[in-house]
Amino acid sequence: MEKNSSRSFSNFSLGITCLIAFITIILVRVVYVIYRTGKPLNRRSPPQALATLIVLGSGGHTAEMINLLLVLQKDRFTPRFYIAAATDNMSLQKARVLETSWADSQSGVKGISAGFMQIYRSREVGQSYVTSVWTTLVATVHALWLMIKIRPQVVLCNDPGTCFPLCVIAFIFKVVGIRWSSIFYVESIARVKRLSLSGLLLYKLQIADQFFVQWPQLQRKYPRAHYVGCLM
Amino acid sequence: MGESKDGVKGKRVVFVTVGTTCFDALVKVVDSQEVKDELLRRGYTNLLIQMGRGSYLPTKSSGDDGSLAVDYFTFSSSIADHLRSASLVISHAGSGSIFETLQLGKPLIVVVNEDLMDNHQSELAEKLAERRHLYCARPPTLCQTIASMDLKSLVPYSPGDATPVAKLINRWFSIHHFSDWHAIATAKSAQLVRKYDQPFILSGDNKEWKSLLRPLMID
Repeated sequence: MEKNSSRSFSNFSLGITCLIAFITIILVRVVYVIYRTGKPLNRRSPPQALATLIVLGSGGHTAEMINLLLVLQKDRFTPRFYIAAATDNMSLQKARVLETSWADSQSGVKGISAGFMQIYRSREVGQSYVTSVWTTLVATVHALWLMIKIRPQVVLCNDPGTCFPLCVIAFIFKVVGIRWSSIFYVESIARVKRLSLSGLLLYKLQIADQFFVQWPQLQRKYPRAHYVGCLM
Repeated sequence: MGESKDGVKGKRVVFVTVGTTCFDALVKVVDSQEVKDELLRRGYTNLLIQMGRGSYLPTKSSGDDGSLAVDYFTFSSSIADHLRSASLVISHAGSGSIFETLQLGKPLIVVVNEDLMDNHQSELAEKLAERRHLYCARPPTLCQTIASMDLKSLVPYSPGDATPVAKLINRWFSIHHFSDWHAIATAKSAQLVRKYDQPFILSGDNKEWKSLLRPLMID
């Protein structure tokens, strides 16, 4: 009897030790990722092509993102994947029009090398915070599935609701070693004195590598952010 | 109001838009006799209301009897044409509507929805009003704003520029040391403050701007 209980006890303590070791490794890795977030990648030569994820928000957010994409170096940030909320019909359409116009102007290139996907939204405007917990979980699982398919090296976002689960997953990918990505968040032009909730979280948790704001008061308040003027 | 030979009257349209939101308070106040009289007094002939998801229905009017002609619709795939043919735009505080109107160079009154829980939208409207690009009002103060507005005093809005952020994002992949990156980004921010915000130092709150500029400026 005593032998059995002592064996099960040593199994149990072994299990606990493994668990503690595992958690410690994860924590060390998380601390390392946070430390390296916001620091350049230390490459020897500039990269040729980076898989880029572009998160599109509703209305005004999409217009800002399109303004940014128009001046972005397209041959470096390719292939491009666009994700928009499932309830947003206009944004992906606008992105498609943009990509088609680029493909048309480039002769000899085979069609559009861009992907367009829809994601369940974590929270609709005015939705109660209680039901938001469930919808956020569903959105996160769906986001995980899409991210595993894309595994982007660059994430461009400016919409608070849609991008948060995607940025968190990108961060987890960094921790677990699936893919190291550079996450760029541009706070909306409508945010003059205060950050959005997701923007604040991405800033405080140091998930975004670079955090851009469009009004100087915000840079004063959040020193790690960079003021880049108005995009619109 | 002039009448040309083929009978086209000098139409001056006021276009009201609430985007994809529900903003009954604005539609109601625009449909009130007080506001309609004031618009007529200021020389407008037509009122077109895009009412979005609201439930309050304005009263249509042909305007044949010399009153303001009123019409409304819920949504349209693009309001650009309506904006282009308007002489005055009254809009909710959504950034998309605001910038689409400003970029067309149309006079704009932004009405802030006081019923919204987290009203961050009012920050943008107030900021642009501070810079005299538009007028900012609330539903109760709209009539007064229309009565006292001087559209000639509005400052045209110069379109923004996404090149600084695009360049910084691009630079990120060529830089090796964080200190280099930080220097470049800070210098860029200072340059932009000098270009866009310094002109407002004298007209704005001096203390706030001076404290803003000191850490950002480099000699």
